[in-house]
Amino acid sequence: MFRHILRSLTGGPVTEAAPAPSDPALAELADKLQKAAKARLGRSLSIREVDAGSCNGCELEIHALNNPIYDLERFGIRFVASPRHADVLLVTGPVTKNMREALYRTWDATPDPKWVIACGDCAIGGGVFKDSYACVGPVEEVVPVDLRIPGCPPRPAELLAGLLALLETSAAT
Amino acid sequence: MYGEQPLFGLLNRIGTPVEGHRPWPRYRLTREGWLAMIEELAGNAWTLLGLWGEQHAVHAAFREDLAGDIAVVSLDCPQGRFPSLSPVRPSANRLERAIHDLFGLTAERTTDPRSWLDHDAWGVRRPLSDHPAAPAPNPGPYTFLPVEGEGLHQIPVGPVHAGIIEPGHFRFTANGETVVRLEERLGYVHKGIEGLMRGKSIGDAARLAARVSGDSTVAHSLAFARAVEAALGVEVPPRAVWLRALMAELERIANHFGDIGAVCNDAAFAFMLAEMSQLRERVLRVADTCFGHRLMMDRVVPGGVSVDIPERGPALLLDLVADLRKRFAPLVTIYDGKASLQDRTVSTGIVSTGLVNRFGTGGYVGRASGRGLDARRSPGYAPYDDLEFEVPVLTEGDVNARVWIRIREVEQSLSLIEQIVKRIPGVPRGLDGTTPLPCVPVEGQGETAREGMALVEAFRGEILTWVRVNGDGTIDRCHPRDASWFQWPLLEAAIEGNIVADFPLCNKSFNCSYSGHDL
Repeated sequence: MFRHILRSLTGGPVTEAAPAPSDPALAELADKLQKAAKARLGRSLSIREVDAGSCNGCELEIHALNNPIYDLERFGIRFVASPRHADVLLVTGPVTKNMREALYRTWDATPDPKWVIACGDCAIGGGVFKDSYACVGPVEEVVPVDLRIPGCPPRPAELLAGLLALLETSAAT
Repeated sequence: MYGEQPLFGLLNRIGTPVEGHRPWPRYRLTREGWLAMIEELAGNAWTLLGLWGEQHAVHAAFREDLAGDIAVVSLDCPQGRFPSLSPVRPSANRLERAIHDLFGLTAERTTDPRSWLDHDAWGVRRPLSDHPAAPAPNPGPYTFLPVEGEGLHQIPVGPVHAGIIEPGHFRFTANGETVVRLEERLGYVHKGIEGLMRGKSIGDAARLAARVSGDSTVAHSLAFARAVEAALGVEVPPRAVWLRALMAELERIANHFGDIGAVCNDAAFAFMLAEMSQLRERVLRVADTCFGHRLMMDRVVPGGVSVDIPERGPALLLDLVADLRKRFAPLVTIYDGKASLQDRTVSTGIVSTGLVNRFGTGGYVGRASGRGLDARRSPGYAPYDDLEFEVPVLTEGDVNARVWIRIREVEQSLSLIEQIVKRIPGVPRGLDGTTPLPCVPVEGQGETAREGMALVEAFRGEILTWVRVNGDGTIDRCHPRDASWFQWPLLEAAIEGNIVADFPLCNKSFNCSYSGHDL
């Protein structure tokens, strides 16, 4: 194992360069944040992930953000265990009716200023589940949404670009 | 066990075969026949493969494990009731509760009549029956099982958990640090998939099947496709059969890498997660290059596949196998050599062989506890009958055994990928030099509805998908039963007597799907 660690130390990082913050995401946010955020976050974001009915595909890709290749924490972005520690809720899934209250309560427990990201096609518009008796549909029908990251599921690089856009804008306000 | 009747012996005596159900027979039973079957089940070891409802009937699938015989039995329920299977097959209980919540069919003398998927939030009761009802006016809180005793306290967890995982509620009752009971409350991610599939075209339903559980998207797509193809008698091009297996094995190793890393991480050994997640990323990137999607979603479709690998695909895949072999082996040595890690995983969360057999539990949970079934072997499906692989089995039944089964399965799957890449039938080339996709059209059969069933081995275990396709090619009823249905109940047993702090470890070693279970 120590040989393995030594090799990692001398071999250089496996982490890849960051993608550019995604432009449409930046535009969407700039508008909202100017009104919303007085407090500066100092280029640091704490994210609470909420699965509101996803198929778990989005979760797999969100997990990948934490691997050494994407290494989310180098940007000051990290996932936290409680909404009370969070600046951002990253919500996936077509908001099942069975999860509606839990999602709302999680949002309610998150201190202001806070942002909500709808992650994936289901969270943005209900996806293939939108006409179900068991789904509410878009996240914005339950809590206000500030940023949308489309995809089924979004690739880690796309998630990263969206989060960086949030960081850049929140630092600029 | 002795003196037990063969499955078909009994069903031919008490049931009437139904036409147009493939590849295994389906029998319609009378109520007396159903009761006679329950009596027989009390004394034999047939595995319950699935239990699902429709508007006026219930269906159950059974397998005689040794002979490999499989059959579906059906009972019409004009009164909206059917005799429960749960007294003789405990794995039936949650399925019966789901049938009640969705179709309003009541299981008589069931061992637990509480609602399961219905949390009184849909605005409708029994949504899939032909007479959905208004919601209950004053729904009370869900009643958890009572616990009595000195010094007991309860710890409610969820539905929103601390990690990046799916939602579900766990109610722990602990005495000091020791868990004396865990009760699961699931259904939070119920999306109504079975309802959405009704009336959809085969193509649209396939997109839903691909989203039953994202981590098993290939396996669920494959199970759905094979069920539809069985129903309609469609012959899939040989190249598509091999490409499907290739995707299935890539999905298997990607998930196993993720799980092995996550189990170690829950034992506070983050190094392993960092390493394993890089291996997982390596697999997903090759999948992306070869199939155009990291998770290979919507790539397996009824009739074949929706994409073929590019010309450099085979070389990339062989490189991948060589690279993973080189990088995985030293990590396994590290796992095996770290006393602090073994201290957490060995003898933690033991599941007995008796329990996995009673629940018909498949996948690594079953195989780590001595139940060596694998749908790729029995009933078996192409191309696995042409490929060499072993099904690893251990008997310890603890977290460590479930990790080792995954390790061994990764090794087997790497070998399978290598065999598939080397032996896959060539790309068919048309006269004009084009290369058509290995996919044939799948259409309804005119007047009559056809029924089909498929068993497919996902990374987590055996998936059963049953489907009835209308004459016009729309889906009348589809039921995908994820492996998790028969694994979730055993997690409650695994944690008993362990400390609360070991729950994440046990849970991760099972890694049941919430979405695949809640549908």
